[in-house]
Amino acid sequence: MGNDILIKVGMADLRAASDPSILTTLGLGSCVGVALYDVYTKTIGLAHVMLPSSLQARNNSNVAKFADTAIVKLLEDMKKLGAKPNGIVAKLAGGAQMFSFAETSEMLRIGTRNVIAAKECLKELNIPVVSEDTGGNFGRTIELYSDTGILLIKTIGHGTKQI
Amino acid sequence: MAISIDDLNSLHIDVLREIGNIGSGNAATALAKMLDKKVDMDVPKVKILEFRDVTEILGGAEILVVGILLKVTGDLTGNMMFILEEKSAHLLVDILMGRSEHSIDKAGGFDEIEASALREIGNILASSYLSALTSLTGLKIIPSVPEMAIDMAGAILSVPAIQFGSVGDTVLYIETEFFEGSKKVVGDFFLVPDVESYDILLKALGVIS
Repeated sequence: MGNDILIKVGMADLRAASDPSILTTLGLGSCVGVALYDVYTKTIGLAHVMLPSSLQARNNSNVAKFADTAIVKLLEDMKKLGAKPNGIVAKLAGGAQMFSFAETSEMLRIGTRNVIAAKECLKELNIPVVSEDTGGNFGRTIELYSDTGILLIKTIGHGTKQI
Repeated sequence: MAISIDDLNSLHIDVLREIGNIGSGNAATALAKMLDKKVDMDVPKVKILEFRDVTEILGGAEILVVGILLKVTGDLTGNMMFILEEKSAHLLVDILMGRSEHSIDKAGGFDEIEASALREIGNILASSYLSALTSLTGLKIIPSVPEMAIDMAGAILSVPAIQFGSVGDTVLYIETEFFEGSKKVVGDFFLVPDVESYDILLKALGVIS
Protein backbone atom coordinates (compact mmCIF):
# COMPACT_ATOMS: atom_id res chain seq x y z
CA MET A 1 0.00 0.00 0.00
CA GLY A 2 3.02 2.27 0.41
CA ASN A 3 3.12 3.06 -3.30
CA ASP A 4 -0.55 3.93 -3.58
CA ILE A 5 -1.47 7.41 -4.61
CA LEU A 6 -3.47 9.31 -2.00
CA ILE A 7 -5.88 11.72 -3.67
CA LYS A 8 -7.76 14.33 -1.67
CA VAL A 9 -11.35 15.15 -2.54
CA GLY A 10 -12.50 18.56 -1.29
CA MET A 11 -15.94 19.79 -0.32
CA ALA A 12 -18.29 19.84 -3.36
CA ASP A 13 -15.68 17.91 -5.33
CA LEU A 14 -15.38 14.45 -6.89
CA ARG A 15 -12.61 12.19 -8.18
CA ALA A 16 -12.28 8.83 -9.89
CA ALA A 17 -9.08 6.77 -9.83
CA SER A 18 -7.61 3.50 -11.07
CA ASP A 19 -6.04 0.84 -8.87
CA PRO A 20 -3.76 1.28 -6.96
CA SER A 21 -4.96 4.44 -5.26
CA ILE A 22 -6.63 5.80 -2.16
CA LEU A 23 -9.28 8.50 -2.27
CA THR A 24 -9.88 10.53 0.88
CA THR A 25 -12.12 13.33 2.02
CA LEU A 26 -11.56 15.05 5.36
CA GLY A 27 -14.05 16.21 7.96
CA LEU A 28 -17.39 15.23 6.49
CA GLY A 29 -20.18 16.81 8.53
CA SER A 30 -23.65 17.14 7.07
CA CYS A 31 -22.17 16.49 3.65
CA VAL A 32 -22.25 12.92 2.36
CA GLY A 33 -19.32 10.95 1.02
CA VAL A 34 -20.46 8.69 -1.81
CA ALA A 35 -17.85 5.98 -2.39
CA LEU A 36 -18.10 3.81 -5.51
CA TYR A 37 -16.04 0.67 -6.13
CA ASP A 38 -15.94 -1.56 -9.19
CA VAL A 39 -15.27 -5.09 -7.99
CA TYR A 40 -13.96 -6.18 -11.43
CA THR A 41 -11.41 -3.47 -12.28
CA LYS A 42 -10.91 -2.01 -8.75
CA THR A 43 -11.63 1.43 -10.16
CA ILE A 44 -12.81 3.74 -7.37
CA GLY A 45 -14.67 7.02 -7.16
CA LEU A 46 -15.49 9.41 -4.34
CA ALA A 47 -17.85 12.41 -4.24
CA HIS A 48 -18.18 14.91 -1.36
CA VAL A 49 -21.77 16.01 -1.82
CA MET A 50 -23.22 19.11 -0.09
CA LEU A 51 -26.84 19.30 -1.18
CA PRO A 52 -29.55 16.82 -2.21
CA SER A 53 -30.74 18.17 -5.54
CA SER A 54 -29.51 20.40 -8.34
CA LEU A 55 -33.13 21.06 -9.31
CA GLN A 56 -33.87 23.12 -6.20
CA ALA A 57 -30.76 25.28 -6.48
CA ARG A 58 -30.41 28.69 -8.07
CA ASN A 59 -26.81 28.12 -9.01
CA ASN A 60 -26.17 24.55 -10.16
CA SER A 61 -23.04 24.98 -12.25
CA ASN A 62 -20.88 22.80 -10.00
CA VAL A 63 -22.16 19.25 -10.59
CA ALA A 64 -20.10 17.85 -7.71
CA LYS A 65 -22.12 19.89 -5.20
CA PHE A 66 -25.37 17.96 -5.58
CA ALA A 67 -26.14 14.29 -4.94
CA ASP A 68 -28.10 13.80 -8.17
CA THR A 69 -25.58 15.32 -10.58
CA ALA A 70 -22.42 14.28 -8.68
CA ILE A 71 -23.17 10.56 -8.75
CA VAL A 72 -23.96 10.58 -12.48
CA LYS A 73 -20.70 12.45 -13.22
CA LEU A 74 -18.67 10.19 -10.93
CA LEU A 75 -20.04 7.10 -12.71
CA GLU A 76 -19.09 8.60 -16.11
CA ASP A 77 -15.57 9.38 -14.92
CA MET A 78 -15.15 5.83 -13.60
CA LYS A 79 -16.36 4.34 -16.90
CA LYS A 80 -13.75 6.43 -18.72
CA LEU A 81 -11.15 4.70 -16.55
CA GLY A 82 -12.55 1.34 -17.62
CA ALA A 83 -14.96 0.57 -14.77
CA LYS A 84 -17.74 -1.95 -15.53
CA PRO A 85 -21.12 -0.49 -14.48
CA ASN A 86 -22.51 -3.89 -13.41
CA GLY A 87 -19.60 -4.39 -11.01
CA ILE A 88 -20.02 -1.10 -9.16
CA VAL A 89 -21.20 -1.00 -5.56
CA ALA A 90 -21.67 2.02 -3.27
CA LYS A 91 -20.80 2.85 0.32
CA LEU A 92 -22.04 5.96 2.09
CA ALA A 93 -20.67 7.95 5.03
CA GLY A 94 -21.52 11.30 6.61
CA GLY A 95 -24.88 13.06 6.65
CA ALA A 96 -24.54 14.01 10.32
CA GLN A 97 -26.50 16.68 12.11
CA MET A 98 -23.75 18.71 13.73
CA PHE A 99 -26.03 20.98 15.78
CA SER A 100 -29.08 19.64 17.59
CA PHE A 101 -31.65 22.41 17.53
CA ALA A 102 -34.89 21.24 19.13
CA GLU A 103 -36.93 22.83 16.41
CA THR A 104 -35.04 21.69 13.36
CA SER A 105 -35.40 23.65 10.18
CA GLU A 106 -35.10 22.10 6.74
CA MET A 107 -31.57 23.40 6.38
CA LEU A 108 -30.42 21.85 9.62
CA ARG A 109 -31.79 18.43 8.69
CA ILE A 110 -29.75 18.62 5.51
CA GLY A 111 -27.57 15.63 6.46
CA THR A 112 -30.52 13.23 6.45
CA ARG A 113 -31.84 14.71 3.23
CA ASN A 114 -28.44 14.30 1.57
CA VAL A 115 -28.33 10.60 2.48
CA ILE A 116 -31.85 9.98 1.18
CA ALA A 117 -31.11 11.80 -2.08
CA ALA A 118 -27.88 9.86 -2.62
CA LYS A 119 -29.70 6.55 -2.11
CA GLU A 120 -32.49 7.50 -4.51
CA CYS A 121 -30.00 8.45 -7.17
CA LEU A 122 -27.99 5.24 -6.69
CA LYS A 123 -31.19 3.19 -6.93
CA GLU A 124 -32.08 4.82 -10.23
CA LEU A 125 -28.63 3.97 -11.55
CA ASN A 126 -28.95 0.36 -10.28
CA ILE A 127 -25.95 0.73 -7.98
CA PRO A 128 -26.45 -1.26 -4.76
CA VAL A 129 -25.54 0.39 -1.43
CA VAL A 130 -23.60 -2.36 0.32
CA SER A 131 -22.82 -0.52 3.55
CA GLU A 132 -23.15 2.86 5.20
CA ASP A 133 -22.14 4.81 8.28
CA THR A 134 -24.43 7.82 8.26
CA GLY A 135 -26.27 10.14 10.64
CA GLY A 136 -25.24 10.90 14.21
CA ASN A 137 -23.88 14.25 15.35
CA PHE A 138 -20.18 13.90 14.62
CA GLY A 139 -17.72 14.48 11.79
CA ARG A 140 -15.99 11.78 9.76
CA THR A 141 -12.84 11.49 7.68
CA ILE A 142 -13.03 8.71 5.10
CA GLU A 143 -10.50 6.80 2.98
CA LEU A 144 -11.46 4.52 0.11
CA TYR A 145 -8.92 1.82 -0.84
CA SER A 146 -8.89 0.51 -4.42
CA ASP A 147 -7.14 -2.78 -3.59
CA THR A 148 -9.86 -3.96 -1.19
CA GLY A 149 -12.80 -1.61 -1.70
CA ILE A 150 -12.69 -0.94 2.03
CA LEU A 151 -13.97 2.41 3.25
CA LEU A 152 -12.11 3.46 6.40
CA ILE A 153 -13.95 5.91 8.66
CA LYS A 154 -12.15 7.99 11.29
CA THR A 155 -13.80 10.24 13.88
CA ILE A 156 -12.90 12.31 16.93
CA GLY A 157 -14.24 10.44 19.96
CA HIS A 158 -16.44 8.00 18.04
CA GLY A 159 -13.84 5.45 17.05
CA THR A 160 -12.53 4.17 13.75
CA LYS A 161 -14.21 1.57 11.59
CA GLN A 162 -14.15 -0.14 8.22
CA ILE A 163 -17.23 -0.66 6.13
CA MET B 1 -33.61 39.69 -7.91
CA ALA B 2 -32.02 37.86 -5.04
CA ILE B 3 -28.33 38.58 -4.68
CA SER B 4 -25.72 35.93 -3.93
CA ILE B 5 -22.13 36.06 -2.76
CA ASP B 6 -20.97 35.49 -6.32
CA ASP B 7 -22.61 38.77 -7.38
CA LEU B 8 -21.05 40.91 -4.68
CA ASN B 9 -18.89 43.77 -5.89
CA SER B 10 -16.10 45.55 -4.06
CA LEU B 11 -18.52 48.07 -2.53
CA HIS B 12 -20.60 45.25 -1.03
CA ILE B 13 -17.45 43.62 0.30
CA ASP B 14 -16.37 46.92 1.89
CA VAL B 15 -19.76 47.18 3.56
CA LEU B 16 -19.55 43.62 4.83
CA ARG B 17 -16.03 44.30 6.12
CA GLU B 18 -17.37 47.32 7.97
CA ILE B 19 -20.17 45.21 9.46
CA GLY B 20 -17.52 42.72 10.50
CA ASN B 21 -15.41 45.47 11.99
CA ILE B 22 -18.25 46.94 14.03
CA GLY B 23 -19.65 43.53 14.96
CA SER B 24 -16.29 42.18 16.10
CA GLY B 25 -15.50 45.46 17.87
CA ASN B 26 -18.67 45.08 19.87
CA ALA B 27 -17.79 41.44 20.54
CA ALA B 28 -14.30 42.44 21.73
CA THR B 29 -15.82 44.96 24.14
CA ALA B 30 -18.16 42.28 25.48
CA LEU B 31 -15.25 39.89 25.84
CA ALA B 32 -13.22 42.51 27.72
CA LYS B 33 -16.11 43.04 30.15
CA MET B 34 -16.57 39.33 30.65
CA LEU B 35 -12.87 38.68 31.26
CA ASP B 36 -12.37 41.96 33.09
CA LYS B 37 -9.22 42.47 31.01
CA LYS B 38 -8.20 44.75 28.18
CA VAL B 39 -8.90 43.07 24.86
CA ASP B 40 -7.41 44.37 21.60
CA MET B 41 -8.49 43.43 18.14
CA ASP B 42 -6.98 43.37 14.67
CA VAL B 43 -8.93 44.77 11.72
CA PRO B 44 -11.15 41.85 10.72
CA LYS B 45 -10.52 40.20 7.37
CA VAL B 46 -13.41 39.51 5.04
CA LYS B 47 -12.68 36.31 3.17
CA ILE B 48 -14.44 34.72 0.26
CA LEU B 49 -13.41 31.17 -0.49
CA GLU B 50 -14.39 28.33 -2.75
CA PHE B 51 -15.77 25.28 -0.97
CA ARG B 52 -12.73 23.12 -1.58
CA ASP B 53 -10.59 25.60 0.40
CA VAL B 54 -13.07 26.25 3.18
CA THR B 55 -12.16 23.32 5.39
CA GLU B 56 -8.53 24.47 5.55
CA ILE B 57 -9.18 27.88 7.08
CA LEU B 58 -8.48 26.93 10.68
CA GLY B 59 -5.39 24.91 9.85
CA GLY B 60 -6.88 21.71 8.44
CA ALA B 61 -10.17 19.85 8.06
CA GLU B 62 -9.40 17.39 10.83
CA ILE B 63 -8.31 19.70 13.64
CA LEU B 64 -10.60 20.02 16.64
CA VAL B 65 -12.61 23.25 16.77
CA VAL B 66 -15.48 24.69 18.76
CA GLY B 67 -18.50 25.88 16.79
CA ILE B 68 -21.34 27.97 18.23
CA LEU B 69 -24.44 28.29 16.10
CA LEU B 70 -27.32 30.73 16.63
CA LYS B 71 -30.41 30.95 14.53
CA VAL B 72 -31.48 34.44 13.60
CA THR B 73 -35.08 35.53 13.18
CA GLY B 74 -36.83 38.89 12.86
CA ASP B 75 -36.39 41.21 9.86
CA LEU B 76 -33.29 39.29 8.95
CA THR B 77 -33.36 35.49 8.95
CA GLY B 78 -30.52 33.04 8.74
CA ASN B 79 -27.73 31.75 10.91
CA MET B 80 -24.77 33.12 12.76
CA MET B 81 -21.79 30.93 13.54
CA PHE B 82 -18.72 31.59 15.59
CA ILE B 83 -15.79 29.18 15.33
CA LEU B 84 -12.78 29.00 17.59
CA GLU B 85 -9.75 26.82 17.19
CA GLU B 86 -9.16 24.51 20.14
CA LYS B 87 -6.12 26.35 21.49
CA SER B 88 -7.99 29.68 21.49
CA ALA B 89 -10.99 28.06 23.16
CA HIS B 90 -8.84 26.66 25.97
CA LEU B 91 -7.15 30.02 26.37
CA LEU B 92 -10.49 31.83 26.71
CA VAL B 93 -11.80 29.31 29.22
CA ASP B 94 -8.61 29.59 31.27
CA ILE B 95 -8.75 33.38 31.34
CA LEU B 96 -12.44 33.32 32.21
CA MET B 97 -11.89 30.85 35.03
CA GLY B 98 -8.90 32.80 36.27
CA ARG B 99 -6.47 29.92 36.09
CA SER B 100 -3.03 29.47 34.56
CA GLU B 101 -2.66 27.91 31.16
CA HIS B 102 -2.61 24.32 32.36
CA SER B 103 -5.50 23.10 30.25
CA ILE B 104 -3.87 24.03 26.96
CA ASP B 105 -1.40 21.18 27.14
CA LYS B 106 -4.16 18.74 27.95
CA ALA B 107 -5.07 16.38 25.14
CA GLY B 108 -8.21 17.44 23.24
CA GLY B 109 -11.65 18.00 24.66
CA PHE B 110 -13.41 20.05 27.30
CA ASP B 111 -15.12 19.02 30.52
CA GLU B 112 -18.69 19.96 31.30
CA ILE B 113 -17.91 23.25 33.06
CA GLU B 114 -15.46 24.30 30.33
CA ALA B 115 -18.04 23.46 27.66
CA SER B 116 -20.66 25.49 29.46
CA ALA B 117 -18.27 28.45 29.75
CA LEU B 118 -17.48 28.21 26.04
CA ARG B 119 -21.13 28.16 25.10
CA GLU B 120 -21.62 31.34 27.10
CA ILE B 121 -18.57 33.01 25.54
CA GLY B 122 -19.82 32.09 22.08
CA ASN B 123 -23.29 33.33 22.92
CA ILE B 124 -22.04 36.70 24.14
CA LEU B 125 -19.66 37.20 21.22
CA ALA B 126 -22.22 36.25 18.59
CA SER B 127 -25.01 38.24 20.26
CA SER B 128 -22.89 41.37 20.57
CA TYR B 129 -21.91 41.00 16.94
CA LEU B 130 -25.58 40.84 16.01
CA SER B 131 -26.57 43.74 18.23
CA ALA B 132 -24.01 45.89 16.39
CA LEU B 133 -25.70 44.86 13.18
CA THR B 134 -29.06 45.89 14.64
CA SER B 135 -27.76 49.36 15.60
CA LEU B 136 -26.23 49.79 12.17
CA THR B 137 -29.23 48.74 10.11
CA GLY B 138 -32.24 49.40 12.32
CA LEU B 139 -33.36 45.87 11.49
CA LYS B 140 -34.86 43.68 14.17
CA ILE B 141 -32.50 40.74 14.63
CA ILE B 142 -33.37 38.13 17.23
CA PRO B 143 -30.75 35.48 18.06
CA SER B 144 -31.81 32.05 19.34
CA VAL B 145 -30.30 30.13 22.24
CA PRO B 146 -26.90 28.92 21.00
CA GLU B 147 -26.03 25.35 20.11
CA MET B 148 -22.46 24.18 20.42
CA ALA B 149 -20.51 21.42 18.71
CA ILE B 150 -16.89 20.40 19.24
CA ASP B 151 -15.57 18.36 16.35
CA MET B 152 -13.45 18.33 13.19
CA ALA B 153 -13.16 21.74 11.52
CA GLY B 154 -14.41 20.37 8.21
CA ALA B 155 -17.55 18.92 9.77
CA ILE B 156 -18.42 22.10 11.69
CA LEU B 157 -17.67 24.31 8.68
CA SER B 158 -19.91 22.18 6.48
CA VAL B 159 -22.92 23.73 8.23
CA PRO B 160 -22.41 27.33 7.01
CA ALA B 161 -20.85 26.05 3.76
CA ILE B 162 -23.99 24.10 2.89
CA GLN B 163 -26.12 27.17 3.50
CA PHE B 164 -23.92 29.25 1.21
CA GLY B 165 -23.99 26.32 -1.21
CA SER B 166 -27.69 26.65 -1.85
CA VAL B 167 -27.16 30.12 -3.34
CA GLY B 168 -23.64 30.14 -4.76
CA ASP B 169 -20.25 28.52 -5.03
CA THR B 170 -18.36 30.49 -2.42
CA VAL B 171 -18.37 31.10 1.32
CA LEU B 172 -17.99 34.50 2.93
CA TYR B 173 -16.72 34.87 6.46
CA ILE B 174 -15.02 37.32 8.73
CA GLU B 175 -11.83 36.40 10.53
CA THR B 176 -11.19 38.22 13.78
CA GLU B 177 -8.15 38.12 16.01
CA PHE B 178 -8.49 39.17 19.63
CA PHE B 179 -5.53 39.82 21.88
CA GLU B 180 -5.42 39.70 25.65
CA GLY B 181 -1.92 40.82 26.53
CA SER B 182 0.40 38.66 24.43
CA LYS B 183 -2.16 35.91 24.04
CA LYS B 184 -3.93 35.64 20.73
CA VAL B 185 -7.42 34.26 20.21
CA VAL B 186 -8.44 33.60 16.61
CA GLY B 187 -12.12 33.31 15.83
CA ASP B 188 -14.18 33.27 12.68
CA PHE B 189 -17.67 34.72 12.31
CA PHE B 190 -19.99 33.38 9.65
CA LEU B 191 -23.10 35.43 9.11
CA VAL B 192 -25.29 33.44 6.76
CA PRO B 193 -28.42 35.35 5.82
CA ASP B 194 -31.16 33.42 4.03
CA VAL B 195 -31.35 34.19 0.31
CA GLU B 196 -34.03 36.86 0.71
CA SER B 197 -32.18 38.45 3.62
CA TYR B 198 -29.18 39.54 1.57
CA ASP B 199 -31.35 42.08 -0.21
CA ILE B 200 -32.88 43.22 3.08
CA LEU B 201 -29.45 43.63 4.66
CA LEU B 202 -27.86 45.50 1.77
CA LYS B 203 -30.97 47.67 1.36
CA ALA B 204 -31.04 48.55 5.07
CA LEU B 205 -27.44 49.66 4.71
CA GLY B 206 -28.31 51.75 1.66
CA VAL B 207 -25.97 49.82 -0.61
CA ILE B 208 -28.65 48.71 -3.04
CA SER B 209 -31.99 50.34 -3.71
